[in-house]
Amino acid sequence: MGFISYLIDGISLGSVYALIALGYTMVYGIAKMLNFAHGDVIMIGGYTVYTIVSTMGLSPWLGMAASVVVCTVLGVAVEKIAYKPLRMASPLAVLITAIGVSYFLQNMGLLIFTASPKAFTSVVSISNIKLADGALNISGVTLVTIITCIIIMIALMFFIKKTKAGRAMVAVSEDKGAALLMGIDVNSTISLTFAIGSGLAAVAGFLLCSAYPTLTPYTGAMPGIKAFVAAVFGGIGSIPGAFIGGILLGIIEILSKAYISSQLSDAIVFLVLILVLLIKPTGILGKEIHEKV
Amino acid sequence: MALLEVKDLKVNYGVIQAVKGVSFEVNEGEVIALIGANGAGKTTILHTLTGLLKAENGTIKLEGKDITKIPGHKIVSMGMAHVPEGRRVFAQLSVYENLQMGAFTRSDKKEIEDNLQMVYERFPRLEERKNQMAGTLSGGEQQMLAMGRALMSNPKIILMDEPSMGLSPIFVEEIFNIIEKISSAGTTVLLVEQNAKKALGISDRGYVLETGNIVLEGDSKMLLNDETVKAAYLGE
Repeated sequence: MGFISYLIDGISLGSVYALIALGYTMVYGIAKMLNFAHGDVIMIGGYTVYTIVSTMGLSPWLGMAASVVVCTVLGVAVEKIAYKPLRMASPLAVLITAIGVSYFLQNMGLLIFTASPKAFTSVVSISNIKLADGALNISGVTLVTIITCIIIMIALMFFIKKTKAGRAMVAVSEDKGAALLMGIDVNSTISLTFAIGSGLAAVAGFLLCSAYPTLTPYTGAMPGIKAFVAAVFGGIGSIPGAFIGGILLGIIEILSKAYISSQLSDAIVFLVLILVLLIKPTGILGKEIHEKV
Repeated sequence: MALLEVKDLKVNYGVIQAVKGVSFEVNEGEVIALIGANGAGKTTILHTLTGLLKAENGTIKLEGKDITKIPGHKIVSMGMAHVPEGRRVFAQLSVYENLQMGAFTRSDKKEIEDNLQMVYERFPRLEERKNQMAGTLSGGEQQMLAMGRALMSNPKIILMDEPSMGLSPIFVEEIFNIIEKISSAGTTVLLVEQNAKKALGISDRGYVLETGNIVLEGDSKMLLNDETVKAAYLGE
């Protein structure tokens, strides 16, 4: 039973990675940039919930809603202020800017909330579920995390396949110029992508903080990097890839913690990235990119 | 009043002034050829007309309305569609989805469906391959798809950039036939081509571009018989 419960924990952690990885992969697909500040949006989301629920004593639902709103606005604002002026700049300049935004957000967190860890009150109040005569004990947070991730994934696939805004995102990610000729507003489509990615990061944030309830200004950094690994693992730019990559990475991390070494688990996660890049540089579902001459 | 009227258009491409004060007009129902060598500024002009590039100076009027400063994504719904150089179909979408993309700004479902049938009639191959990914089509089929996609916006004027480029002679013939049909169905055409002979053969009037300037203009028949045009562009 030990293995199955580790596996479920892994899928749950992986669901969080998948939600974050979706933001990475969608933004990469459409703006061809790696938004390394994406992980820190999670932290801002966590602090928003903390402020509303723990400091102000309001309902967790309000906290979650506020967190999604704050993160969405933050994501769009960061794109407008920091990335949009660099639309024509070299990818390296954009990458360095993203790292700069990441440090900016972390230090803003330090300034407002200080470095001392805050105890995060779980937003999930479902009690544990016991299966197989109590041999298998699944926490409410784990279950809610997995279900939320599946629902979001289905909704996102539907949105992209069936709605006009979703089709616009596909077109812009393939060819901005051709998309413009179709009458698609490229700038607002990019904004929308950042908005969705950041909103998902907020959801990932309160699910993650509910499962691992300490909050510091660096809370988002490590999950952010791991979600990036997940996105690359699954094939960056691919939405199902982010999902599969995230889940697999979560399972690998939890199983290495359980059976190999909890200190080495992060190293193993990054080893996976190196192996993937060596064996299949485009990731599991990634497509070969043919540079046009 | 001309359908499309361009006055003293100047466009910079990076640090180079690629278009140096070009004026021309396209009347309703005409097929206009814009010919010239590689780098003469033909593509730059088309890109500026549909907002992919910004004009440095000059005015562009569509049906008398100044569209020079209008954002690119609003131009297609004003009646000007653009078939870009290199076709630029959405490779990962199906033929059908590409055509639907062409009608992105429209919401009249019934008329879009009629338009789709019209495109399928004009390009039976596209209907045969409607569920195929656009990236797997041949060059000629992709050109047809790019044209069909532009027609899906039900344009008054359609800009075509090097539609015959890289195609086999049979397809070149077919593409020019299609352009004539599109024109006789009532759509105005502005055609940019390196294949000057063919372009002048099917057009009413032509403009000859050289390093960012119009150096010659007139009746296509007249241009076809012009000695300098013959020497420079027709290889005679």
